[in-house]
Amino acid sequence: MSTHAAPPPYSGPPTGPPTGPPSGPPSGPTAAHPAQTLDLSRTATIPLFRLVLVELRKSMNTLASFWLVVGIAILVVMVEGLLLVIVLVESSESTPGDYTVFATYITALALPVLAIMLVTTEWTQRTAMVTFSIEPRRSRVMLAKYLVCLVLTFAAVVLGVLVGFVCALICQVALPAETTWDFQAELIVGFFITQTLAMTLGFALAALLLNTPAAIVVFAVYRALPVAVFAIAASYLDWFADIRPWIDFEYAQGPLYDLSLSSAEEVGRLLVSGLIWLGLPLTFGLLRILRAEVK
Amino acid sequence: MITVEGLTRTYGSFTAVDDVSFACRPGRVTGFLGPNGAGKTTTMRILVGLTPATRGRATIGGHSYHDLRNPGRHVGVLLDASAQHGGRTGREILTLGATAMGLPKTRVDEMLHLVSLSAEESTRRLRHYSLGMKQRLGIAHALLGDPQVLILDEPANGLDPAGIRWMRGLLKGYSDRGGTVLLSSHLLHEVEQIADEMILIGHGRIVAQGDKKSLLESGRQTKQATTTVASLDQDRLAGALRDKGYAVTPGPNALTVACAAVDVGRVAAELQVVLTDLRSVEGGLEDLFLELTSSTQREMPAYQAQGYPPQGPPPGYPQQPPPAGYPGGPR
Ligand SMILES: Nc1ncnc2c1ncn2[C@@H]1O[C@H](COP(=O)(O)OP(=O)(O)OP(=O)(O)O)[C@@H](O)[C@H]1O
Ligand SMILES: [Mg+2]
Repeated sequence: MSTHAAPPPYSGPPTGPPTGPPSGPPSGPTAAHPAQTLDLSRTATIPLFRLVLVELRKSMNTLASFWLVVGIAILVVMVEGLLLVIVLVESSESTPGDYTVFATYITALALPVLAIMLVTTEWTQRTAMVTFSIEPRRSRVMLAKYLVCLVLTFAAVVLGVLVGFVCALICQVALPAETTWDFQAELIVGFFITQTLAMTLGFALAALLLNTPAAIVVFAVYRALPVAVFAIAASYLDWFADIRPWIDFEYAQGPLYDLSLSSAEEVGRLLVSGLIWLGLPLTFGLLRILRAEVK
Repeated sequence: MITVEGLTRTYGSFTAVDDVSFACRPGRVTGFLGPNGAGKTTTMRILVGLTPATRGRATIGGHSYHDLRNPGRHVGVLLDASAQHGGRTGREILTLGATAMGLPKTRVDEMLHLVSLSAEESTRRLRHYSLGMKQRLGIAHALLGDPQVLILDEPANGLDPAGIRWMRGLLKGYSDRGGTVLLSSHLLHEVEQIADEMILIGHGRIVAQGDKKSLLESGRQTKQATTTVASLDQDRLAGALRDKGYAVTPGPNALTVACAAVDVGRVAAELQVVLTDLRSVEGGLEDLFLELTSSTQREMPAYQAQGYPPQGPPPGYPQQPPPAGYPGGPR
């Protein structure tokens, strides 16, 4: 299994004088000239891509996140398989997009949870102490985590598209007449944007609450409850129906799904409602993390 | 190398760290010693920027920790060995650190080997680690970037006796090569054997600092000499000593006299009493430690019952009688 020379079996700690940390590049000060100051000139800042790499690894290497990803993968395969069987049995028409939509909707359930866990586990498992002593500029760590969320979203969309094409290829072979290849790219781009917003919301709530279950519950409530309340309020109060588009983030996102966002007013609504529902929690959440005492 | 100036941290009206100043030099192991809740961990957390200071400044090698560009390459930190994700393996934890610091993967194996964690143990998840194994992994993590400064909070916590000896040697070798070590403990014996310099802290304040010898000397000056003596005629000797004005406390085997050994010897010579044992009581570091931190100690130290002027209970604690069996206590 190992690519390295296996260390000798554990036989109690060495009793003789230890050799100390192995000497390699970067070497500490020599005994002859112990320096009173640290020379930072030969040390480079940790590049952002390396922080992203570490955070990406962290997002996958725990049991919880691993099984979340595996579970979603199994679910996608099962649902797409079922869909494929139905289409083949009934000789229905289909396009790659039909399959992609299903795959992306399923991954949309898991992605915000991954984003939430990436932030909250630093607190629930107290790893923030280590993370922030390796990179004390906490904003860079948070930026790296956010970039990981974007990477994961992008990967999910790409995989969804891939699944769509594979399924369509099978249909092409079995039902050449019923299968068309017009692929609606706007839907996919729109999905990527709205999914990114959902990820950002999960990220913001996680930063605000610093607790996994609480963040997941609030995230679910947050997405469902305001929409319902606004819809009911708007149907009873005429004046509310007028301002609703400006404060209802889900409503304002409507034109994003198919990239039909066109008027300045629609953009304005998106910005205003986004500021309220996304901007505020994100700001307070990040401030909390940047200033918190890490224990 | 580590410079702390007027560091203060308050939580509401409670002052956890109170105007603390000290310096740690390269090539020296500095022990940070104090009873539970004295403020050691808080001070160390401020040092590495995890807790903001209310007042004061802490720098490492002339820089604030925040400004070290890749701090893991300069400062090794172990604050809490269990503050790691329980679902990750030991090897994975070190790999994450090595990746962030920009170290080759071989460094992980070197460090695992250094702290005697076997290949099999390194693939276990942290939640299945024993306390001592976690501590070893924490030490490995602190040493990953080959730092010039080590900040370790109770590093011997959970290590077996052989492990403690190993760590002592490790830190000694490290400081001999010019490294700076700051380690905390509430166990004097542990620090006494490793540390070149000591900082004693109680209730957030530094009560004494210096190397072992100067600490002992300063303690001797502030304290009255004490001698224990055994002779073939204890009663006559005690009477004569009392006549000279020395306080005498009879014990089962020896008298404890509040004067120097030479004075006791002189009295015995005058009386022509045969002495079987005469020794001056060296307070030792432990007494000094307990004495200096006694006003901050949770329990009344037992030695106070043996003729030392008792110091009041810590503020806010009720006056309590000495434990059973001691003079003045319940029988
Ligand atoms: N966030 C906080 N809020 C209130 N009090 C705090 C907080 N953090 C620490 N304290 C208090 O500060 C004091 C110092 O705690 P610290 O952990 O530094 O002690 P310590 O010297 O490390 O003790 P030990 O030897 O037990 O580890 C304690 O009384 C603790 O209760
Ligand atoms: Mg502590």
